[in-house]
Amino acid sequence: MSEWTLYEVFIRSKHGLNHKHVGSVHAVDAEMAIENARDLYTRRNEGVSIWVAPSAAITATASDEKEPLFDPSEDKVYRHASFYELPDEVGHM
Amino acid sequence: MTKYDDLTEFLLRLGDSALVHAQRLCEWTGRAPALEEEMGMMNVGLDLVGQARNWYEYAAERIGDGTDADTLAFRRDERAFRNLLLVEQPNGDFAVTMTKQFFYDAWQYHLLTALQHSGDERIAAIATKSLKEVTYHLRRSSQWIERLGDGTDESHQRMEKAIDTVWRFTFEMVEANDSESALASSGVIPSLADLPEQWLATVNDVFRNATLTVPDAPSTFYLSARTGMHTEHLGILLAEMQFLQRAYPDASW
Repeated sequence: MSEWTLYEVFIRSKHGLNHKHVGSVHAVDAEMAIENARDLYTRRNEGVSIWVAPSAAITATASDEKEPLFDPSEDKVYRHASFYELPDEVGHM
Repeated sequence: MTKYDDLTEFLLRLGDSALVHAQRLCEWTGRAPALEEEMGMMNVGLDLVGQARNWYEYAAERIGDGTDADTLAFRRDERAFRNLLLVEQPNGDFAVTMTKQFFYDAWQYHLLTALQHSGDERIAAIATKSLKEVTYHLRRSSQWIERLGDGTDESHQRMEKAIDTVWRFTFEMVEANDSESALASSGVIPSLADLPEQWLATVNDVFRNATLTVPDAPSTFYLSARTGMHTEHLGILLAEMQFLQRAYPDASW
C-alpha cells in the first residue's frame, strides 16, 4: 500500500464543459487509477469522462505566498469589466 | 431433488453463479488491500447481485407456486444450487480471488455476448444489460492478472499457486452440455458450442501478457454444479448468507 501512487481525479459531468477536480485515489498505475476513480466517483451517474494525473506532477502555490500573490488584486476594481454599458442587443455575456 | 426444465435450470445456473460469486466478494469487505480496491470489488459484487435478481425473477415466474427471487436465494439448500464450482471456492489470497474473478468474468463475457442474440427476448434483454457491467469486470480482472503475473517474483509465484488451486474447477466452463444444446436447437438461446474455445482464447491472451502458463485442459470429476454436487465450501457459505431468512422467515426492514 505504501508503494501506491496518489492520483488526482478530474471528472466531466454529463452537462459540464470542463473536467473538475473531485478528489484523489491510490493506484499502482494510471490504468488502475482510472478504474478506481470510476468505482469511487462515478457510481451515481456523475460523469462521462475521467482524467487522472499523479498528484506529484501538480505544482501548487504555497499558503505563505497567499498575500503577495492574491491580495494585490483586491483593490483593482477596474480590472472587472463592470463599467461598460452593454447594449440590449448583445444579450447575455 | 427437484430438477426443473432445461430453461429454468439454465437460468438458475446463471443466477446462482452470480449470487455465490457476489457473496464471496462481500467477504473482502473491510479486508481489501486498499480502500479503492474494496470499493471496486463491492461494485462488482453489487452488479452481480443485480444480475442474479434478474435471472431469479425469470426463473421464479417459470417455477410458479409463489416462488420469488428471495425464495430462490435464501430458501434453497446446497443441493439445489446450480452455481459453478469455481465461484464457491474460498477467496484465499488476493491472487486466488482475482484468478477466480478473471475465469468467471471471461466465461460470463462470452456467454452473455452469445445470449444477447437469444430467441427468448427476456434472456436477450438481461444479457444485453449485464454485458455492459461484465465488460468492465473483465477489463478490471484481466489487468490485475497481468499486474500480478508480470509483477514481482512473489506476485508471480502467488499467481501460479492460485491458478494451480482453482484451475481444476474450470472444467465446467469448457464442457459440452446436452440440455444447453437442446435449448439452442429449439431456438431459445443461440448455440454455445464456441464458448469453450472463446473462453480459452481469452485466458491464453491475458496469461501471455501476464507471463503465466496455461495448464493442460482440466479433466472432469465427479462433482458438478448441474447435479447439485458441490464442494464442501458451498454449504458454509449458504449457512452464513441464508441465516437471517432461515432464523426469521419473512423478516423485513
